[in-house]
Amino acid sequence: MLRLPGGNPRTPRHLISAADLTRDDAVLILDTAEEMARVADRPIKKLPTLRGRTVVNLFFEDSTRTRISFEAAAKRLSADVINFSAKGSSVSKGESLKDTAMTLEAMGADAVVIRHGASGAPYRLATSGWIDGAVVNAGDGTHEHPTQALLDAFTMRRRLVGADAGIGKDLEGRRITIVGDILHSRVARSNVHLLTTLGAHVTLVAPPTLVPVGVEQWPCDVSYGLDEVLPKSDAVMMLRVQRERMNAAYFPTEREYSRRYGLDGLRMARMPEHAIVMHPGPMVRGMEITAEVADSDRCTAVEQVANGVSTRMAVLYLLLGGSETALPSAARTEENK
Amino acid sequence: MSKILIRGAKILGGEPQDVLIDGETVAEVGTGIEAGDATVVEAAGQILLPGLVDLHTHLREPGREDSETVLTGTRAAASGGFTAVHAMANTFPVADTAGVVEQVWRLGKESGYCDVQPVGAVTVGLEGKQLAELGAMHDSAAGVKVFSDDGKCVDDAVIMRRALEYVKAFDGVVAQHAQEPRLTEGAQMNEGVVSAELGLGGWPAVAEESIIARDVLLAAHVDSRVHICHLSTAGSVEIVRWAKSKGWNVTAEVTPHHLLLTDELVRSYNPVYKVNPPLRTEADVMALREALADGTIDCVATDHAPHPHEDKDCEWAAAAMGMVGLETALSVVQQTMVDTGLIDWAGVADRMSFRPAAIGRLEGHGRPVSAGEPANLTLVDPAYRGAVDPAGFASRSRNTPYEGRELPGRVTHTFLRGRATVVDGKLA
Ligand SMILES: [Zn+2]
Repeated sequence: MLRLPGGNPRTPRHLISAADLTRDDAVLILDTAEEMARVADRPIKKLPTLRGRTVVNLFFEDSTRTRISFEAAAKRLSADVINFSAKGSSVSKGESLKDTAMTLEAMGADAVVIRHGASGAPYRLATSGWIDGAVVNAGDGTHEHPTQALLDAFTMRRRLVGADAGIGKDLEGRRITIVGDILHSRVARSNVHLLTTLGAHVTLVAPPTLVPVGVEQWPCDVSYGLDEVLPKSDAVMMLRVQRERMNAAYFPTEREYSRRYGLDGLRMARMPEHAIVMHPGPMVRGMEITAEVADSDRCTAVEQVANGVSTRMAVLYLLLGGSETALPSAARTEENK
Repeated sequence: MSKILIRGAKILGGEPQDVLIDGETVAEVGTGIEAGDATVVEAAGQILLPGLVDLHTHLREPGREDSETVLTGTRAAASGGFTAVHAMANTFPVADTAGVVEQVWRLGKESGYCDVQPVGAVTVGLEGKQLAELGAMHDSAAGVKVFSDDGKCVDDAVIMRRALEYVKAFDGVVAQHAQEPRLTEGAQMNEGVVSAELGLGGWPAVAEESIIARDVLLAAHVDSRVHICHLSTAGSVEIVRWAKSKGWNVTAEVTPHHLLLTDELVRSYNPVYKVNPPLRTEADVMALREALADGTIDCVATDHAPHPHEDKDCEWAAAAMGMVGLETALSVVQQTMVDTGLIDWAGVADRMSFRPAAIGRLEGHGRPVSAGEPANLTLVDPAYRGAVDPAGFASRSRNTPYEGRELPGRVTHTFLRGRATVVDGKLA
């Protein structure tokens, strides 16, 4: 059965926040992503599912990685893709979002994938009546980045449960540690929501300056010390820490930060043998992660990039309601008859 | 001059009485007054209040006439039951000279809907560096008594001290917009549970409270008067309560929106809820109501802040801060303070007319409803219930957080020195 993610009654056809996904929504997306990943292993990687549909990548912030990932996902589903980069053009102030949205509407966008520096911009786009198409949040300010959380969960399920064994399963009982600049991280916010929904136990690790006031209401633990948490982690996600943060007195020096919160080989050895190291990229080697850890087998950073395409295919597929028969699994069932 | 007989109104919520207005003054108050040749206003079931006084209004003229003018702003004020408003100084140019305050004062006179008492800037250009010519503004035709850099905080402790000292010469008061600037860089909403989740920059309560604490100590030290604008947190209430217990000359205002709305509304990312200081938590709202009831907070002030549609029709971070409030203030106060039993209508008269007029040293307003007093009066139908429709506003701007919300009470008549500015709920 086809189900659309986006449990928030105000944004039913959109993917704005990981908090809007139920456990079943999330598992459906992960299962669909697994099917999409299998397509990637076939000689012809393209599905006809979204032929004739238009997906617009509306990027108000530079993020080549995320844009390319969405672009690849849409193209593998045979959608027409329009890349609209608003960064650097004259449209830097508020009204531009509305004007741009109306332009896209006139072009007949079926889905708008939006990256914006202002928290809440995708929500505004989805609820303001400016456009009809589905809105996918590709990262807004310091709010959320739900497809990143989905690809992270997908990666964890594959590694910790198994690609086939994981189908239909969540992350019940898994212990996930997220380390770094929680305060400014949309990846952390989306992951806390999604991983908790999937039954995992999340611990945030950061210096107190980089944890938001109000975090005590989040459904997770917070620790200021990395070493005591590592042995109790099934996955450790290292977040990028921008060097500029030290200028605003969030921490004294880069060296002190990496000594206390960076992941090096010695620290990695404290993790359980099965535990993985994750990073949403781009990595700042020598800051939050050493090259030794980044290049080790336990680090899934490259895998996460590949999984991002499958996950975003699943999201676009489910949101735009591709016809049921075009589902890879359905196609396979046909062959089996 | 014409005569008006208001028949059967409950003065300050008391027993029904008749009030006869003759020319610009209240001629007689009693029962069974003969109408004679007077125009009769039947007011059975309605509450008669002294004309409301707002200590904190942004009329935007000169400079931002696209959002409001003195004329449209005073029409909005009259609709809301106000007979006097204090026009804040953050216009373009800033009201930091005798010339600008006199211009605003004159525009108010010409409007005829509501008295306009200009507020003078504390510092030149609201820059917080050099005192504006406070004496010249006081001595001008505008007779400025209230000084404020509102929109910005006078954050330099020495400038604040000097301003407090200087205005003593003419019984002035400094109205402080309490916001520690470094603690609120990039601030978008109240810092707390909701900001953590929404990923919006936090405006912590301590940024307000630390300035208030400093300023009440400064006012005590130089024995002057300080007024706290739009007090918004439970902690600020505690500090003001403490200062008052010491006998220091500290007064404070609260806005209607801080008495009703909380930061939970920001979850909609709708910039109509973006305001400075920001909407706080339920606990803060309850503390503010409590403080207004027990007199720790002296008065209600609207902080009416009109903005054109495009400044709110955008994403949260890009939107302007502020809400219009003149036309909904009394209804919000009725809902949050009267209908909850925290204060009665005499309390409303005190918090929305007597006290603000006294703080601003405003003559002819905030007077009792009795014979010989200026006929600045507001008649309210407290039984009315209706959804707020911004299309019906007299203000040039529509940025209200109450659109579609049902609020109690309606101003049916407003009288400015005996002249009806509002009749049957419509501008005269
Ligand atoms: Zn202010």
